[in-house]
Amino acid sequence: MSSPLQVHGIRKRLGRTQVLAGVDLTVERGEVVVIMGSSGSGKTTLLRCMNLLETPDEGRVSICGYTVDCHGRSRGRQHRRGVQRARQRTGMVFQQFNLFPHLTALGNVIEGACHARNLPREQATRLGERLLDRVGLADKRDEHPARLSGGQKQRVAIARALAMEPEIVLFDEPTSALDPELHNEVLGVIRELAADGMTMVIVTHETQFAHDVADRIVFMDGGVIVEQSAPETFFTQPTHARARSFLRLVEHQVVAPLPRAPHPAELHQPERA
Amino acid sequence: MDLLSESLPLVLQGLANTLLLGVVSFVLGSVLGALIALARVSTVRVLRGMAIAYVSVFRGTPLLIQILLIYFGLPQVGIQLDPISSAILALTLFAAAYLSENFRGGILGVDIGQWEAANSMGMPYWRTFRRIVFPQAIRIATPAVGSRFIALMKDTSLASVVTVVELTRVAESIGSSTFRYMEAFFLIGTVYWLINTLLSIGQSVLERRMGRAYAT
Repeated sequence: MSSPLQVHGIRKRLGRTQVLAGVDLTVERGEVVVIMGSSGSGKTTLLRCMNLLETPDEGRVSICGYTVDCHGRSRGRQHRRGVQRARQRTGMVFQQFNLFPHLTALGNVIEGACHARNLPREQATRLGERLLDRVGLADKRDEHPARLSGGQKQRVAIARALAMEPEIVLFDEPTSALDPELHNEVLGVIRELAADGMTMVIVTHETQFAHDVADRIVFMDGGVIVEQSAPETFFTQPTHARARSFLRLVEHQVVAPLPRAPHPAELHQPERA
Repeated sequence: MDLLSESLPLVLQGLANTLLLGVVSFVLGSVLGALIALARVSTVRVLRGMAIAYVSVFRGTPLLIQILLIYFGLPQVGIQLDPISSAILALTLFAAAYLSENFRGGILGVDIGQWEAANSMGMPYWRTFRRIVFPQAIRIATPAVGSRFIALMKDTSLASVVTVVELTRVAESIGSSTFRYMEAFFLIGTVYWLINTLLSIGQSVLERRMGRAYAT
C-alpha cells in the first residue's frame, strides 16, 4: 500500500516570511514521526499543510489517497471534494483543543462521524462511547467542554480525531496549552496509540516523550528539514549545529532529572551572613 | 382611570397593531438580515459588495424618510401599498440592516479554531456553518439582537405618520378628543414600557438557556 502521507517540495510564504522553503517528507504506515524545532521554524505550518488547512504556494501534497499539486491558484469544487474526502480519513488534534462548546463530550466525538463521514447515529454513538472509554472519559460523556479540565478536553479532542477512524493523526503541540501536571494524561493516551500502531505526525517540545514514542525525529529550522534520524541518534549525536543548540536549550529541562524543588518554607528563611 | 376604561378598546386596537408591526418586521427583518450577514461574510466579492451597499443605505437614512418614501413615494411609480403593509415593509428593510450587523458580529465572534476543527474533519462549508458556527454565533449575537427588537418596538411609533392606528396614534387621538394629552401620552408610554420589559425578560431567559452549556 502507498504511504498515507507524502509532501514534496512544499513552500509557503505568510506575509513577508518564507515559512516553508521546500520540504519533502514521507510518512509510512504505522510510523510515528515527531517534528521538533524552535518556534518560527515552520513545524506547525508544515503540519497544517499536510491536511491542507494551509495551502502551500508550491509543491505536492499526497494525503490518504488524494494528491494535489499546488501553484498558488484557487481551485474548484472537485478540489474541495478531494480535500474533504482526504480529511475524512485524517484526524487532527489542535494546541487549543478547539472542542465545540455547545456540544457534549460525546457530541463532540461523534460530530465528524455523523456529519462528515455520515455514519448512522447509532453506530457513531457506539464508536464514540468506545473512544471516550479508551481515553478514560466514559463518565464524562454528557458533560460540556466548559466543565472539563484542560487535559480532559484534549483527551476528548483525541477521541474526536479517532472517530474519523483515521489512517493518520496529526498533532499540533497537543500539550502546549496545558498546565505541566496535565501533560502526562494526554501524552499517555498518545503513547498508547503509538503502541497500537497508529500512524502519527506529532509537533511537540516534549523531548522525553519524543524520545520514547518516535520512530523518527524530524528537526526543522528556517523552513526546511535540517536533520532527521532515529530518536536514539538524534538525542545522543545530533549532527546539525542548530539541532545541538536546540537540544541544549530544552534537554536540561526535561530529559535530565529535575532538581528537588525547595520547600516554600525554605524560600522565606531570612538570610544570615 | 376613567380615561383608561373609556379608551380601552382603542388602546387594545393600537396595541394589537403595534405588536403586529413590531413582531412581523422583526421576524422578516431577521430572515433578511441573516441573508445579508451571510452575503457579507461570503467569499464572493459581488455578494459582499451588495451587502455593504444595503447596510449603508438602510442604516444611513432615517426610518421616517423610508416610511414616507414607501407610502407616499411608491404610488408615483405605480406601487400602492396600504398603510400597514408600507410600515411593515419599511420597518423590515430598516431592521434587516441593523440585524445583519448584529448577526455578522456573532459569526465573527466564533473562534476561527471552530471552523478549522470542522474543516479538519472534512465537514462541508454549509454543514459547518449550520451545525458548528450558527449555534455559537446566535448566542453571541443575542444581547445585541434583543436590543434591536426593543428599539424596533419603539420605532413602530413612526407608522403613525402614515395613518396606521398603532399606540402612538391612539395616544394622539385620545389626547385631541379629551384634551387630556398628559394622561394619554403617559398611559401609552407605560404600555410601550410594559411591552419592552416583557421582551427584556424574554431575552434574559433565552440568554440563560443558551448559556447553560457554557456554565462551569
